[in-house]
Amino acid sequence: MSSRIPFSYIWRNLVTRKLTTLLTAGGMALVVFVYATVLMLEAGLEQTLVATGSADNVTVIRKGSQTEVQSAVDRTQAAIIESNRHVASGRDGSKLIAKEQVVLISLNKRGTVKPGNVVIRGTSSVGLTLRPQVQLSQGRMFRPGSAEVIAGRAIAERFHGAGVGETLRFGQREWLVVGVFDAGKTGFNSEIWADGELMMQSFRRPVFSAATFKLAESHQFDALVKELEADPRLTVEAKRETQFYADQSRVMAMFISYLGVTLSVIFSLGAVIGAMITMYAAVASRVGEVGTLRAIGFNRRAVMLAFLVESLLLSLLGGVVGLLLASGMQFFTISTMNWQTFSELAFSFSLTPGIVAKALVFSLVMGLLGGFLPAARAARLNIVDALRAG
Amino acid sequence: MFTFLIKSAFLNAWRHRLRAVLTVTGLVVAILAFGLLKTIVSAWYAGADAASDARLIMRSSVSLVFSLPISYKDRIRQVDGVDAVSWANWFGGVYLDERNFFPQFAVSNGYLDQYPEFLISEAEKKAWLVDRRGGVAGRKLANRYGWKVGDVIPIKGTIFSGNWSFVLRAIYDGREANTDENQFYFHWDYLNESMKKVSPRRADRAGVFIITIDKPENAAAISGVIDAEFRNSLAETLTETEKAFQLGFVAMTEAIVVAIEIVSYVVILIIMAVMANTMAMAARERVSEYATLKALGFLPSYIATLIVLESLLLCAVGAAIGVALTYPLAEVFGSFFESFLPVFNVADTTPWLQLLSAVMIALIAALIPAVRSARVRIVDGLRSIG
Repeated sequence: MSSRIPFSYIWRNLVTRKLTTLLTAGGMALVVFVYATVLMLEAGLEQTLVATGSADNVTVIRKGSQTEVQSAVDRTQAAIIESNRHVASGRDGSKLIAKEQVVLISLNKRGTVKPGNVVIRGTSSVGLTLRPQVQLSQGRMFRPGSAEVIAGRAIAERFHGAGVGETLRFGQREWLVVGVFDAGKTGFNSEIWADGELMMQSFRRPVFSAATFKLAESHQFDALVKELEADPRLTVEAKRETQFYADQSRVMAMFISYLGVTLSVIFSLGAVIGAMITMYAAVASRVGEVGTLRAIGFNRRAVMLAFLVESLLLSLLGGVVGLLLASGMQFFTISTMNWQTFSELAFSFSLTPGIVAKALVFSLVMGLLGGFLPAARAARLNIVDALRAG
Repeated sequence: MFTFLIKSAFLNAWRHRLRAVLTVTGLVVAILAFGLLKTIVSAWYAGADAASDARLIMRSSVSLVFSLPISYKDRIRQVDGVDAVSWANWFGGVYLDERNFFPQFAVSNGYLDQYPEFLISEAEKKAWLVDRRGGVAGRKLANRYGWKVGDVIPIKGTIFSGNWSFVLRAIYDGREANTDENQFYFHWDYLNESMKKVSPRRADRAGVFIITIDKPENAAAISGVIDAEFRNSLAETLTETEKAFQLGFVAMTEAIVVAIEIVSYVVILIIMAVMANTMAMAARERVSEYATLKALGFLPSYIATLIVLESLLLCAVGAAIGVALTYPLAEVFGSFFESFLPVFNVADTTPWLQLLSAVMIALIAALIPAVRSARVRIVDGLRSIG
């Protein structure tokens, strides 16, 4: 006879030992929580930086510099790029190119004296056209040529002086914040935008940092790169905007991922040991029962399976609770300095179906590892000895 | 009486060998993880801890991205209480590959004299001073890439474009355990000469000025005087102590530090659940024994103490092994993350925090079982079959 041990037997065993079940599953829930949270952070960072760019846009920076802040493109070079035939034209016939100056200013976080480096992008109305994901949510756009700025939502909320009606001081001038823009889940949310020409005068920096333009036809990217590289007057490199922003978070993404893997491995060791202790105890206290089960005809495999399923149930409970806890983290946003760009970047935790699956599999693996040895012990028990022990 | 109590607690703990071993292993892992995470946090603050009170850092008030004219040096020197001034530029180049990150600074002559914690032999220092392309590297950095004095080090510029090469002329050792030995210095003059040729607008500028003052207690006053000197100029300044400057960096990545701190307490919570489970199971199995003890006349407090002692004993063993392993593990871990966290030392307070959390785990884990067992009615306990 090789029938399975009824599921209700397994389930009731967990219910009977409420405290033990709760503590073991609780430990696992915390591990799954940490694991899922780190994955969510990684996914959130990736979403933010990938969503920042558009695949049809190309960003050109000086060769060798990795970020817009490090880069410098002078007016002559910018004009040469603008005249390239691959740059798309707008409805009025003007080229869709935003020649921008990007600098960092140090602002204090609201209510503290803790500084953060915030990106100020000197742009024009074309800059807004090229990035349809940027929408004004409050106030109005800055007027060209005046000392007005608009701030990204993450900056307006977190930094002193960046809300509508407040003023910021940089470049020997007071700048009035006239609007707040919402750029969805993109890096632009962590920027302040101002009029490019006025900014260049204020900072006495007569060069652009980068030029971003729309490709006339998206598939011509390779041809464009070739042309720009062949031009002896230019010392620049071009990247698709999506790639450009993805590259800027590589170090941060790697850090989060390494840290996450290390933590998950170490923490899951603790949880596996917890499950093992619980399952060994479950086996030890039920030696008599196991003997009876075997005596009435359940074979070793059925007994082993019953204990394994019990352990898996326990870990699944932990996994589900952990995921529930982790899903609450979606309401939080993390804002920190991105080492590569040296500037503040806000991103949130993002729960994807893939992460749910990964976290559940992770918890089941913990249950399997923790339950295997005890289940094997239960299965190996000798019927006569087991019955006598009960 | 007390030795008897301890002996009983020990025998109780050791009754289920497998469970005791598993629990202690879990504790070791948790205490170790806690210690390691605490060490990461302290590594974050290493720069601020190593900072001297007698040095001020002056930078552009807008942000570090903006440089200051070199002519400011003379006006700083005139301020009362200023002993020495030097300046530096962050170079931020790439050595062979982007993964090989280490800080590089172009520094003026006199910079290294302001950092007495960098120990360099006189001969090497002289060799560096006379070589325009000369470079100085920290011991750890030199060891990581196998550099020897005389080697040529190619670095690709990012902020200052072009391919640069330097000749390693000196290697410095840290005087203190927390001195950063992961930095690379070369002559600011060399950088400046090149800038004059390629990009005159960027020549004669410094990213930061390092100002040594006579008495640390005058730091605030001197900073105020210096900043007032340059107020309403084209490049306004912000002067602060080296410590405040370094803490500013920590503050920028504060979210990460806070996350690591939180996680370090989560691991304690996890192991607390495991430990509490062990104690709950042990107590439940022994209900009839505890009832027997009570029937024999032992007080409830005696039984509670017995359980608490058992828990403490397990945690003490786990913590002792965990603390002992923290040091070698930190060393291994530190060598992996050398380029990110150059100073990776276990802080003096860390082992105490580890012990404290072990005691907390023991007490909280034993709380419910101890109270329950002490309260058990003798008849119920004797009737129980575990």
